[in-house]
Amino acid sequence: MAGTTERGRDLQPGRAAATLSSVLPLVIGIAAAYVLHTYVKPRLDPFYAKVLLDIGINVILAVSLSLVNGFTGQFSIGHAGFMAVGGYTAATITYYGSHRLWGNAQFHGGFLSWTQANDLFEGTWLGGGDLLFPLACLAGGLVAAGMGYVVGLPSLRLRGDYLAIVTLGFGEIVRVIIQRTDDVLYDAEEIQQAGLWTCVTHVGGALGFTGLPFYTSLFWTWLFVAITLIVAYRLKESTHGRAFLSIREDEIAAEAMGIVTTSYKVRAFVLSAFFAGVAGSLFAHQVGTTLNPRELGFQKSFDIVIMVVLGGMGSISGSVLAAVVLTVLPEVLRTFSEYRMIVYALLLILMMILRPQGLLGLRELWDAWASRRRPKATGAG
Amino acid sequence: MPLLEISGLDVYYGAIHALRSIDLAVEERQIVTLIGGNGAGKSTTLRTVSGLLRPTRGSIKLDGKSIVGLPPHEIVRRGVAHAPEGRGIFANLTVDENLEIGAYSRRDDRAAIDRDRERSLELFPRLRERLRQNAGTLSGGEQQMLAIARALVARPRLLLLDEPSLGLAPQVVKTIFHIIREINQAGTTILLVEQNAHMALHVAHRGYVLEVGRIVKSDDARNLASSDDVRKAYLGGV
Repeated sequence: MAGTTERGRDLQPGRAAATLSSVLPLVIGIAAAYVLHTYVKPRLDPFYAKVLLDIGINVILAVSLSLVNGFTGQFSIGHAGFMAVGGYTAATITYYGSHRLWGNAQFHGGFLSWTQANDLFEGTWLGGGDLLFPLACLAGGLVAAGMGYVVGLPSLRLRGDYLAIVTLGFGEIVRVIIQRTDDVLYDAEEIQQAGLWTCVTHVGGALGFTGLPFYTSLFWTWLFVAITLIVAYRLKESTHGRAFLSIREDEIAAEAMGIVTTSYKVRAFVLSAFFAGVAGSLFAHQVGTTLNPRELGFQKSFDIVIMVVLGGMGSISGSVLAAVVLTVLPEVLRTFSEYRMIVYALLLILMMILRPQGLLGLRELWDAWASRRRPKATGAG
Repeated sequence: MPLLEISGLDVYYGAIHALRSIDLAVEERQIVTLIGGNGAGKSTTLRTVSGLLRPTRGSIKLDGKSIVGLPPHEIVRRGVAHAPEGRGIFANLTVDENLEIGAYSRRDDRAAIDRDRERSLELFPRLRERLRQNAGTLSGGEQQMLAIARALVARPRLLLLDEPSLGLAPQVVKTIFHIIREINQAGTTILLVEQNAHMALHVAHRGYVLEVGRIVKSDDARNLASSDDVRKAYLGGV
């Protein structure tokens, strides 16, 4: 990534250095997720560990939505729909897959997927579930990405409010379809006989998909957070990222620059939906949550939109910051008990009045810091 | 063979017949200007050349090859850069990022792009001082400079400039036209759309006068500037 910040005297990195700089963040991400899971979690109250988990999932959601709403300037309010598609895909795979593989839908993971207190863990360090779960997450992401393509297509002809309505409608359609599905199959023998279509249509309906194994550990959550952040950041600093941003800024001018705006808009939707699907998969396999269509309705979509708007359109660090603040805030406000949501809403209104451009505006945290360090490097005259 | 040759071009905006059978040629290394009043169809012509609009009839040839019906990105790749009306700069991105996007369609190596970027910055030293500033914070003149510089980074063979003098102080207009001539002398062919007929005819080799979608006159820029009806209609002369 040399050269994107210090243009002019371009340092062309060697191949080794380039490989290192692209692999290193991922290694750091894996290490951080591991440390969080192994060393931080045992020292935390389970409640805070749960908040940490929610923060992770919300960060993925906010950053992924920011690709569409922030980078590309489209207005999507159906993010929870993609989340639901991904979550239900992954849940179907882990639940029915576990039954097929092991004859039951118990936990079959190892230490990294362990969601209870670490010292209660017994068994092998790695289990079959450690493979099944991330694969299910990826599958959830891919199916959601496919839906992103379908929803992205109308965005070629619609903009602003009209696009918002389409995405809203999409989210609702997903929710209603899920509500109409049949009860989850519990009988092991019946499941062995069931075909793919039977499995897909028996995901619990309005009652929710119960009986899922819990795999969403801090490790997996924060690993996917790291991947999301790396992808988003590298994208933003790339030619493709600038193409997204230019569409937000001035679509006609972007087209005149030779950017194929239609294809970029669809790409934004696909990529954004992929990560929403992954987040949905993580959401589905949490301890103590039932995957339920009501949870993934448009209220959830709005929560995510609020994070992106509050963080600043197109700012990755802003979305992260907002996701953290908006996850922690309702917990902190628990002391206000029934007035909690009123206080929460008031705080949002206040923030929008005081900082309409969002916490960080369009820029990144480190940009603000860098420009403070060399205030007049450009010698404005 | 002219670099750009337009013949019998008809363009509609819905039911409005915006261009009526336009014929126009731009020779290599020339500046050709298209002058005329509001709504004459000047910008429409440029937008059609760069592929943002589709003509109903007629041909547009770049280097003898038809570019009618090609999408804008294909046309950019063939060497046509468009600095759109109202500048179309990306206000919330830095000057530097704007220039980067200008090079979007180029597939050659980094060093070549950097050379052209340097060249543009040499033409517009003001921009170099403001590389890290958001483009929206620039003055009108600087934004116009950025729009031209951004188009130049694409290393066009044909540069389409849409009203570069719009809303600028006379002194700034002078600077911009001076630079337009410099760009042309360095080898870039320019099709310039202007309401400021005086300045445009001053730098151009050839001129076309457009009135409600029709070309009513075309000649050497010098002859146009001295012709009576052009003086009367566009140059405020008597």
